[in-house]
Amino acid sequence: MLNYIKLILLGGVILFAALAANWAHDLAYQVHALLIFVVGIVMFVWVLRHTDEPVAVSAGDVTGYMDGPVRFGIVATAFWGVTGFLVGTFIAFQLAFPVLNFDWAQPYANFGRLRPLHTSAVIFAFGGNALIATSFYVVQRTSAQRLWGGNLAWFVFWGYNLFIVLAATGYLLGATQSKEYAEPEWYVDIWLTIVWVAYLAVFLGTILTRKERHIYVANWFFLSFIVTVAMLHIVNNLSIPVSIWGSKSVQVFAGVQDAMTQWWYGHNAVGFFLTAGFLGMMYYFVPKQAGRPVYSYKLSIIHFWALIFLYIWAGPHHLHYTALPDWASTLGMVFSIVLWMPSWGGMINGLMTLQGAWDKLRTDPIIRLMVASLAFYGMSTFEGPMMSIRAVNSLSHYTDWTIGHVHSGALGWNGMITFAAIYFLTPKLWGREKMYSISAINTHFWLATIGIVLYASSMWVSGIMEGLMWREVDAQGFLVNSFADTVSAKFPMNVVRGLGGVLYLAGGLIMVWNMWMTIRGGASVKAPVGVAAE
Amino acid sequence: MDEPRYDEATKTYTTGHSYDGIEELNTPLPRWWLWTLYMTIVWAVIYSIAYPAWPLVSSATAGFLGYSTRAEVAAEIARVEEANSELNTQLAAVDLNALKDNEPLHQYAVSAGASVFANNCSQCHGSGAAGAVGYPNLLDDDWLWGGDMEAIVTTVRHGIRNEQDEDARYSEMPAFGEQLEKEEIAALVAYVQSLSGLDHDTTLIEQGNELFVDNCTACHGDTGIGDREQGAPNLTDSVWLYGESDEALTETITNARFGVMPPWSPRLSDAQINAVAAYVHQKGGGE
Repeated sequence: MLNYIKLILLGGVILFAALAANWAHDLAYQVHALLIFVVGIVMFVWVLRHTDEPVAVSAGDVTGYMDGPVRFGIVATAFWGVTGFLVGTFIAFQLAFPVLNFDWAQPYANFGRLRPLHTSAVIFAFGGNALIATSFYVVQRTSAQRLWGGNLAWFVFWGYNLFIVLAATGYLLGATQSKEYAEPEWYVDIWLTIVWVAYLAVFLGTILTRKERHIYVANWFFLSFIVTVAMLHIVNNLSIPVSIWGSKSVQVFAGVQDAMTQWWYGHNAVGFFLTAGFLGMMYYFVPKQAGRPVYSYKLSIIHFWALIFLYIWAGPHHLHYTALPDWASTLGMVFSIVLWMPSWGGMINGLMTLQGAWDKLRTDPIIRLMVASLAFYGMSTFEGPMMSIRAVNSLSHYTDWTIGHVHSGALGWNGMITFAAIYFLTPKLWGREKMYSISAINTHFWLATIGIVLYASSMWVSGIMEGLMWREVDAQGFLVNSFADTVSAKFPMNVVRGLGGVLYLAGGLIMVWNMWMTIRGGASVKAPVGVAAE
Repeated sequence: MDEPRYDEATKTYTTGHSYDGIEELNTPLPRWWLWTLYMTIVWAVIYSIAYPAWPLVSSATAGFLGYSTRAEVAAEIARVEEANSELNTQLAAVDLNALKDNEPLHQYAVSAGASVFANNCSQCHGSGAAGAVGYPNLLDDDWLWGGDMEAIVTTVRHGIRNEQDEDARYSEMPAFGEQLEKEEIAALVAYVQSLSGLDHDTTLIEQGNELFVDNCTACHGDTGIGDREQGAPNLTDSVWLYGESDEALTETITNARFGVMPPWSPRLSDAQINAVAAYVHQKGGGE
């Protein structure tokens, strides 16, 4: 019966997509309509062929847990990660060598369109898939319960990745609502909302049916991430489509209200997506890999509540010295500074969990990735509050310093904890004893670390220089430098930044190779090769 | 299993929880962490009383320091304007031709002009004022509309071929692609190249000369030295705004060019316009 309803719904989707492709006002919308048309037909045929057939009883995972979406999620994480790093490295060189904005590739491959492709690919595609996959893995283990909702978890995985494809192709084809980290247009936003509600349902359903008495700390963080991102996404994307047959929409908020909403969203995308969500990852994989108890249960409670209470107010520090009223700017700064210790609570709990296992730092490159990740986390969560201080911000704002700050957090904290989780999960999910090559993990660690150091230090130098040049005035109060002077002065740092990106990308490629060899069940493992779960 | 376990390595008890084998130690909050958190909270309270912070119904608390970013910027600007006000007044009213003789005022004008130029003009004319294709080089003595102080001020004030300012300098070269054949344009290109001694197709010179006399001399003059009244470039001086190659000149003659410069008054004050003119004038080519 369910299949008949599915067929009717899919038929409706296919018909609508066909009409939309025909009446589309713009290229992005048309391409998306065709894409959905094709996806709809494939799904329709698939459902049709399975209708009124006996449901094959799957052998299922030996563990009793639902790990299919996690496996796909880990592969998607690696794929989007490398894609995002590649685009990032390319646009870094575009900034150093503008000729790389090739004439023949205009307007699709200019910096302006590739930049959101890069940010969305690393944050939402790489980070998002990593969060969905690890949260599905972790919530099952720590709740001793299979994922709730049957195939809903598959819908979340495929739906989320369809969102990514729609967003990414939309940027290249020129559909954007021009809000940083919230660029996708209205229909893509609606789709993500549907997927996200399904994600919440799967996660919450699993927790509510858990067999453990308490909810593990990692799940608090995952849940706060899922709930808050839903709220942020809906409010910041409130807009009215110009036409149902076109991608363009008009924001509901205007002026400074719009700016404030955008940075309330933007800052909490960092706070809840890149901090809370990844802390959830950290709270499972670090104690697991170290084989040690979490350092302090009390600290985890206090820093969790302090973090989620404070983060949501810190957004206005993105709008110092703008049309935003001073009171809002002060509050944003004050909350950011109080946020310092609650953020560090996660670092302390992660690092101190290694008490009694510090020797593993010498032998286990996965532990090394985790420690470096936490160190970068601690550094960026100190740097962030510092940069939110008005006086510091007046120097750092709009400069490369901000870019350096974001990347020490993203490449260091988010990237490295994700790599560690991937190295932890890949052998487990595919029933292998361990990763194909441990020394390749070590190589990856060093490439990533040196890459980040090159990236962050060049951007600090470049950013502070830029800020000083912009504000430089002579004795009579006249500005000394033109904007173009600062651009040409940044050239060497831009090149170093690009090289940092090359190293980081190379590390990512080594990881993909290592995963491939592990999943294939490579021969170098001395112990008997495990039997694949599927 | 809710029984706390004693952990040898840390000499601490666990909470007794275990999730997928993960236990939690019952370590108290690190003191330094807690006290730093308290200190930031105390600081936050004091800071938010001192500075504008807490929203009320239709306004917000102003803070006992009376701080305001807008007031701070306004005071900063007022201070600089106050310090420079006398020089600015003099500069706005100065006899442009006599500016050079007033050494302190001229020096002020040049440094003020450098800043105005860097922030408003360098986007097209380059930070060094050397121009780019389509944007005149301001370092040489080749002036399209005149290079004395008066002429430069007029150009800056009203701009060129724009629609915003009625007094903008205006002229329009016809697109000869509509009147001449391709071969004729090729001949003109060769002739124009010959005027400044460039390599050219000598077989076309005679035809080119005839066409030049018929079509171009009204603006560019009999000898091709141009006419500043109409902004018609001098074709004999090897300075090429859009390039001297066959392709560039063919494009220029076929479709014409229409370089636009915006008017800078009232966006720039009279003093600023005089300042930037003085800055450009002393770059090397001023007349």
